[in-house]
Amino acid sequence: MYRIVEKTSLTPTLTRLTVEAPFVARKAQPGQFIILRVDEMGERIPITIHDYDREKGTVTIIYQIVGATTLKLEQKQVGDCLQDFVGPLGKATETEGIKRVAVVGGGVGTAIAFPVAKRLHEEGAEVDLIVGFRNKDVVILEDEFRNACTNLYIGTDDGSYGRKALVTELLKECIDGGAEYDEVFCVGPLKMMKFVSEVTRPYGLKTIVSMSPIMVDGTGMCGGCRLTVGGETRFACVDGPDFDGHLVDFDEAIRRGGQYGEFERHAYEAGCNLLKKEVK
Amino acid sequence: MPNMSLKKNEMPTQSAELRQKNFEEVALGYTEAQALDEALRCLNCKNSPCVQGCPVGVHIPQFIAKVAEGDFEAAYQIISQDSSLPAVCGRVCPQESQCESKCVRGIKGESVGIGRLERFVADWHNEHTTAPAQKPEPNGHKVAVVGSGPSGLTCAGDLARKGYDVTVFEALHLAGGVLVYGIPEFRLPKRIVQKEVDGLKALGVKIETNMVIGKVLSIDELMEEYGFEAVFIGSGAGLPMFMHIPGENLRGVCSANEFLTRINLMKAYLPESDTPIQDLKGKNVAVVGGGNVAMDAARCARRLGGEVSIVYRRGMEELPARAEEVEHAQEEGIVFRTLTNPISISGDADGNATSMTCIRMELGEPDASGRRRPVEVAGSEHELPVDCVIMALGTTPNPLIKSTTEGLEVNRKGGIVVTEDGLTSRAGVYAGGDAVTGAATVILAMGAGKTAAKGIDKAIMGE
Repeated sequence: MYRIVEKTSLTPTLTRLTVEAPFVARKAQPGQFIILRVDEMGERIPITIHDYDREKGTVTIIYQIVGATTLKLEQKQVGDCLQDFVGPLGKATETEGIKRVAVVGGGVGTAIAFPVAKRLHEEGAEVDLIVGFRNKDVVILEDEFRNACTNLYIGTDDGSYGRKALVTELLKECIDGGAEYDEVFCVGPLKMMKFVSEVTRPYGLKTIVSMSPIMVDGTGMCGGCRLTVGGETRFACVDGPDFDGHLVDFDEAIRRGGQYGEFERHAYEAGCNLLKKEVK
Repeated sequence: MPNMSLKKNEMPTQSAELRQKNFEEVALGYTEAQALDEALRCLNCKNSPCVQGCPVGVHIPQFIAKVAEGDFEAAYQIISQDSSLPAVCGRVCPQESQCESKCVRGIKGESVGIGRLERFVADWHNEHTTAPAQKPEPNGHKVAVVGSGPSGLTCAGDLARKGYDVTVFEALHLAGGVLVYGIPEFRLPKRIVQKEVDGLKALGVKIETNMVIGKVLSIDELMEEYGFEAVFIGSGAGLPMFMHIPGENLRGVCSANEFLTRINLMKAYLPESDTPIQDLKGKNVAVVGGGNVAMDAARCARRLGGEVSIVYRRGMEELPARAEEVEHAQEEGIVFRTLTNPISISGDADGNATSMTCIRMELGEPDASGRRRPVEVAGSEHELPVDCVIMALGTTPNPLIKSTTEGLEVNRKGGIVVTEDGLTSRAGVYAGGDAVTGAATVILAMGAGKTAAKGIDKAIMGE
């Protein structure tokens, strides 16, 4: 069993959780993910690794409460255990040889952008970290970000914090301002990654996106996580999760991502109703 | 006096009407009286052709003789000398193309129901035996087994019985491999798999779940840091194959691996499961393929309320699935669209699959596999309404271990290359099952696990 050692609410819907998982902590690299199950009848869900401590044998994830499983996960407290926590899965993000980079994150995706930015920064790269949020209330991890980059750019959709700008606009400004990036690394909602890839395409600027499609086993068996990349079928769990953003068929990925939307909504509502009853 | 009836004792089953609405086991198993009667059909041939048809060489006439005597435990002991998973094999082996195909009684009439007798004996043993397993004397040697499917469980069992300290590493959260994620409950109840796994634990085998070897630990680490003297790789089949036709990534199109994993491993058909599955009530489901996996997927879809057809490019004669599965599927109302091949799938504005364009096929000259090659009939395109398409076209070996194990030779198709003893190109590293052969059967994987166990024992202990 995998014991929860720390739990912090970052915003009403974003939670940071640190779990004892020594085998995962031992090997984890930026860009990789884990699969967890909350309990015996739980679903297997993939979550990207936010941070790890090899000495303490712990792994930290940040999740957004979106469905039944994350709602269930949110009920767990420090000292409780998760049924399963397996990883690290997927390929690590390639950071070697990168001297100048823009790391772009949106929403909960910033949690994943963080370890990549941190690794690149530690390796001596000049890192522009560009993060976007809906508004001031959901801005997270600002101090952590600041320590993991050379320049931090924060944008909000409504201008309530940082610049009133989308990450695509901030990125374009940086590029046009003369930043000569070797690469752009981007993680966030599919739509955001699609548009970031469109921003960099005319510049011929290599853009890596971190994909998180539907997955069941996460070990190269079910094929649920397949994506079309450059016209070929690729599997996020073993070939990814990082892919060339200029080659990913985002529209297909967006459609496939919504496959179980109705089930999720029902399960989420049922979960909420159950909790309401408990509170009463 | 042998029973000279030309027909096997029929297997009692749940009625087709009833069973297509539940996930409980279809075949109910022989009663003692039926087993005794069937056992008397065996002529106890001196040259035992049936044994040659068994990939693990079970002493078939001998165990059947014990059944005929009513000594079921003795029969079990004879089977278990050669097979580690009799309750499983009695249910899922393609007996009609193995032992039973060689049975002398099959020349005139039906062969002896060897598979049904094996199942009876195994179930009888499981129900009546409470004696704890005797832990063998440890021999002080450590072996790691990667994967807890049929090949891994067999290899682990054989080595444990010889006194090895065996640890099985399983990537998923539950042990059993394809026996738990692939084969449905109605064909192989999971309590039977659990019983086999528990049996191994009683022998002292340690099972570590959530250990994706190749990611969490490498083969080299197992040997160098953890002191395993040998490793057996039974990591099974990997990525599902697709047809690479237009529309294959529409919503509602999935691999049989995904569909079956959601149902069997994740229990998505139970209301208390958190794992989603497409609502198939009254929906049109097409399963593409003709093997056992296709039958399993089709029959699961039927149980979820779907109107199901099998779409297969060759004819009924060529279906690679076990005869019994095909029969059961037909009885359950699954339509067989043979000599039919999909060429594209189209969808609605939201990207949901709605229709599959198929083309009729006819059989031409035999191909490399000896089966007649299907050829398209020009102008025979037609539409099949679909809400769900399940691709059951086979798998390619899992890439995780080969990509993280230096010097591990694989063939053109990605299967690990092994010698007769199951030894790979790496010293001390053995492999077997689907990881070597690509998708095959439970019993062949068991045979490979057995071979490797012998090879490992020979290498460690000497001839």
